[in-house]
Amino acid sequence: MAATVEAPTTTLAPVPQVAAREVARPQKGWVSWVTTTDHKRIGIMYLVLTFAFFLIGGVEALLIRTQLAVPDNSFLTPQTYNELFTMHGTTMIFLFVVPIMAGFGNYFVPLMIGARDMAFPKLNALSFWLLAAGGIVFYASLFFSPPECGWTCYSPLSDTTYLPSGGVDAWIFLIHLTGLSSLVGSINFYATIANMRAPGMGWGRLPLFVWAILTYAVLLILALPVIAGAVTLLLTDRHFGTHFYDPANGGSPLLWQHLFWFFGHPEVYIMVLPGFGIVSEVLPVFARKPIFGYKAVAAATIVIAFLGLLVWAHHMFTTPSPSIVLIFFMMSSFLIAVPTGVKIFNWIATLWRGTIEYTTALLFCAGFIGTFLIGGITGIFVAVFPVDWQLHDTYFVVAHFHYVLMGGAVFAVFAGIYYWFPKMAGRMLGEGLGRWSFWLMLVGFHTTFLVQHSAGMEGMPRRIYEYPDIKDLAVLNMISTIGAFVLGLGILLTVINVLISINRGAIAGPDPWKANTLEWFTTSPPPVNNFDAIPRIRSVEPMKDVRRQVLAQTGGSSRFEAKTDVEAGRLAAHAGGEH
Amino acid sequence: MTSRRAFITLLVVLAGLLLLAPIASADLITPESGGSPNANDIDTLYKYVLAVAIIVFVGVEGLLIYSLVKFKARKGAVPAQIRGNTRLEIGWTVGAAVILVVLATLTFVKLDGIRNPPDSGPNGLQLADTSRRLPPNGKSLNICVNGQQYIWRYTYSDNCATGQNLGAPFSYEEMVVPVNTTVTLDITSQDVAHSWWIPKLGGKFDAVPGYVNHTWFKIPASKTGTIFYGQCAELCGRNHANMTARVKAVSVQDYQQWLAQQKTDIKAAEQDAAQQRQQLDAQNAGSAATTTAGQSSDTTSTP
Repeated sequence: MAATVEAPTTTLAPVPQVAAREVARPQKGWVSWVTTTDHKRIGIMYLVLTFAFFLIGGVEALLIRTQLAVPDNSFLTPQTYNELFTMHGTTMIFLFVVPIMAGFGNYFVPLMIGARDMAFPKLNALSFWLLAAGGIVFYASLFFSPPECGWTCYSPLSDTTYLPSGGVDAWIFLIHLTGLSSLVGSINFYATIANMRAPGMGWGRLPLFVWAILTYAVLLILALPVIAGAVTLLLTDRHFGTHFYDPANGGSPLLWQHLFWFFGHPEVYIMVLPGFGIVSEVLPVFARKPIFGYKAVAAATIVIAFLGLLVWAHHMFTTPSPSIVLIFFMMSSFLIAVPTGVKIFNWIATLWRGTIEYTTALLFCAGFIGTFLIGGITGIFVAVFPVDWQLHDTYFVVAHFHYVLMGGAVFAVFAGIYYWFPKMAGRMLGEGLGRWSFWLMLVGFHTTFLVQHSAGMEGMPRRIYEYPDIKDLAVLNMISTIGAFVLGLGILLTVINVLISINRGAIAGPDPWKANTLEWFTTSPPPVNNFDAIPRIRSVEPMKDVRRQVLAQTGGSSRFEAKTDVEAGRLAAHAGGEH
Repeated sequence: MTSRRAFITLLVVLAGLLLLAPIASADLITPESGGSPNANDIDTLYKYVLAVAIIVFVGVEGLLIYSLVKFKARKGAVPAQIRGNTRLEIGWTVGAAVILVVLATLTFVKLDGIRNPPDSGPNGLQLADTSRRLPPNGKSLNICVNGQQYIWRYTYSDNCATGQNLGAPFSYEEMVVPVNTTVTLDITSQDVAHSWWIPKLGGKFDAVPGYVNHTWFKIPASKTGTIFYGQCAELCGRNHANMTARVKAVSVQDYQQWLAQQKTDIKAAEQDAAQQRQQLDAQNAGSAATTTAGQSSDTTSTP
């Protein structure tokens, strides 16, 4: 928690013109939120809505873990259990991780590239409302019958013969609506990044988070039409008499699996690449060092995206497939580990010989690297297809993808929340509560998921509502359930932190972290037009240049050089100078 | 400072316990094995990967934690403004690639033993068969595995095509097989997708309607009398959790005896059913005579 420190009393030279001012009176009331086309307000709506879905998905996860706490439990019926894991997976992927990255992108891409808004502000509002519509349509199925086919909805199980209820249809419409939302948003991101960069910001000076969002957008544009087509075929199979996936009439259930995973695997990188971007922004700021190998990190992002399109059938190693197909997808999955490894090494090298300030945002980044690494390593196990024959569809795989998505993407999201909240709210989040939240989440996460690897190897398949009391399953599952509640508590602390800090947090000022990128050039929160004047960009770290310039012009006497209250308190807490 | 140190120590101890608890029982960090050579080979391959993984894990996490502790902001410390090092970066890119080449090579070395069935043992059951991935001598015991919501059906027949194995003996849920004999499986499904998996007998193979998947196992003679447990591994509906499977390993003589018994039992049951059907037909014919024609005609035509 930032200690309150008396403001410096010495008279300082006026700050050179960097802060922006309002050009119009801000609109008020809920109508202003519904009708807004301001990328910052849309970004906040994205973040709030998706985080609400994250909490709902989290409650679903806790219900699942409660059912699995003891063997042969009858807390939930098989039907409810299947509905819960379907809703948990669908919510976390389509309504939380993918769109929350769009939320950060919406708020920060224009600010980071020095633009006054997104390229198509009205389209931007449309993509948010399509997302909201998708969430409402999907959760409306609670009132009739939610889908029970898992987030993968494999055919023929998802056919009307086996699941006649409208839940699967609600799921299909969710895919269409959120898909359309992401497509429209992606085109918007692409157009914005390609055309609206500040003068001097060539591709080699683009912040790494913006590189990540650009790649995210391109991947979405490539992958989403495939799933949109696939679910349309499913819809016509269900209701209009076609037989695309029906083996009795010349169709193929494997067609669904191929189409689904051709989208589904790039989706993993869609979820995790923006997280990489956040980490690549936060680490250099708190290590007080430039990112190590900017070009390599940016290039690795693109290589991961490209290879991510070539690995989909590694989700299908147990289907009837010729050896050559299995070998190809094993090798391509191996290849993707190389650029991922490069990123991890570059992040560690960024910390190397820095002066690391232990803010909550940095802790989440460190937790991200350490946890994601384990997810990457278990990814190699499941890429070796003969080994995957044992691990596929078991709790080992459940643990693996939670290490990647929860320990990876979600930790990065939390780093983003702690790093950018001051910019969005104008106030700091409590660091003390933040640290508690981080440690509870880290310990809770590993307690929940580490033991699941063992449960899987002992023969526990995923998506089973009960298991017999054999081997160590009872104790492993009990540990996992306890961990899940600790993890939940950690997340709750951040929610409480946000609710407290939004009105009572320490005033942040424009640049509380002494950060590197342009969003810290304007006030917190930024005015509607973002910037009155946009500086010429001369490096990847424009704010460092601005600070250096100010120092040169004022001889160190400007308020800009003086520590803000928050900063002074933070530095005092760390008892370390950084001059 | 001491309380913080104590806190960190506590965390490290907790993490260590969490890591060591599974290692205490070796089977917790490796897949199941011991029932069939392919399961054993997968286990060995897994252990190769695990060895490499542990080295990478310890190295990278160690480096991460070392840099986090060592380069914590201190009074007077100046961050080194390094922007990259091409040699180093090429170095770790190539390093990562080399590790993966090693893993791929190990996989190829082990692949043949996992994918292709060996001959049955000299005292195993010797059968002729020509339709699938076969042992070098072309002889295996073939069983057709058919997944259905929520039970497995096994038909003991060389020909698994629809309608071709009607007379063959069959069983549900529990598969009985002779030891020391290469058993090949033709796996399919008649409704939704399922997945055949007996952990100790090797990997899982999906049962997809419209497709036939193949795998094999060969239970050593030392496991005579053992029952291997497994269950469906692909979500197949509400009672997916209850779709269990058992494989019972018996001696060749016991197997042949069981098969003969199963044949007679099935034949007897069929005859019983046929008799009942005839009786019902007769009853229905009798009752149909007393009721108006056409009302009962449908009820008699059940197969």
